[in-house]
Amino acid sequence: MQRRSQQLDAIFAALADPTRRAIVARLASGEASVMELAKPFAMSQPAISKHLKVLERAGLISRGQDRQRRPRRLEARRLAEATRWLERYRKIWEGNFQRLDALLEELKTQEKSSGAKR
Amino acid sequence: MNEAGSAKVTANQGEATVKNASTFRVTTPTDQEIRMTRVFDAPRHLVMDAFSKPELLKRWLLGPPGWEMVVCNVANKPGERYRYEWRNTATGHQFGTGGVCRETSPGRIVHTEVMDGQPGESVVTTDFVEEGGKTTVTMTLLFESKEIRDMALKSGMERGVAASYNRLEELLASGQA
Repeated sequence: MQRRSQQLDAIFAALADPTRRAIVARLASGEASVMELAKPFAMSQPAISKHLKVLERAGLISRGQDRQRRPRRLEARRLAEATRWLERYRKIWEGNFQRLDALLEELKTQEKSSGAKR
Repeated sequence: MNEAGSAKVTANQGEATVKNASTFRVTTPTDQEIRMTRVFDAPRHLVMDAFSKPELLKRWLLGPPGWEMVVCNVANKPGERYRYEWRNTATGHQFGTGGVCRETSPGRIVHTEVMDGQPGESVVTTDFVEEGGKTTVTMTLLFESKEIRDMALKSGMERGVAASYNRLEELLASGQA
């Protein structure tokens, strides 16, 4: 359990950076080499490699078989694990807010009818 | 005649709910924040009532299914303390949160929050902006550190249903092994 929680912390830390999130988004549409990944960013390859290392340590990406290109690919299962927390948080609040929608409809009706009596 | 009329109302409300649900956004704008934005189909004063009157809060601020709000002491003036507690109707498990009201003005509520069993105090700023009869609510939760923020994101787990899901998962896993 402790290890699991540390893994999740590593995933959250890795995803806290906008460049790393962009890399993850790019890899979601297929594997890519470091050079291909560096292209859209105004960043050197070593800088990108540093970000890739963080993502790799969090288990979010891995390296493909091709020895020359060493393409990085997304470990979708690990990513799903992390977004599950945010999704759960979202679900809890959406439940609250849907109850609030219904309550507000009631309050609006009450206000209208008390306004009509006046 | 009556039946047809009420059915129509229900359908309309259903549509409105779905439409509003699609306006819901949860983001993490910085390392220490969680921000939620949601549009409600009601004027600001009614939405603010629902956020500040105990008899109204008790009807919607319940969290996951199976929980009821058993304590709802509100604070509507700066410096006052509030305390909310929920109880799981099936397990009897209780959970609470509380803090101090920092600011109330038309359109804004600011309060601090300390959740039972979790470290650190967060500052919750809730803004209410009305436009064309609809109110956009933006809740920004500012935590002392990223670590505490992440714990709060995961706290859905500690709050009951999730905890029992966990137990169920464990049971299923051990059964399969």
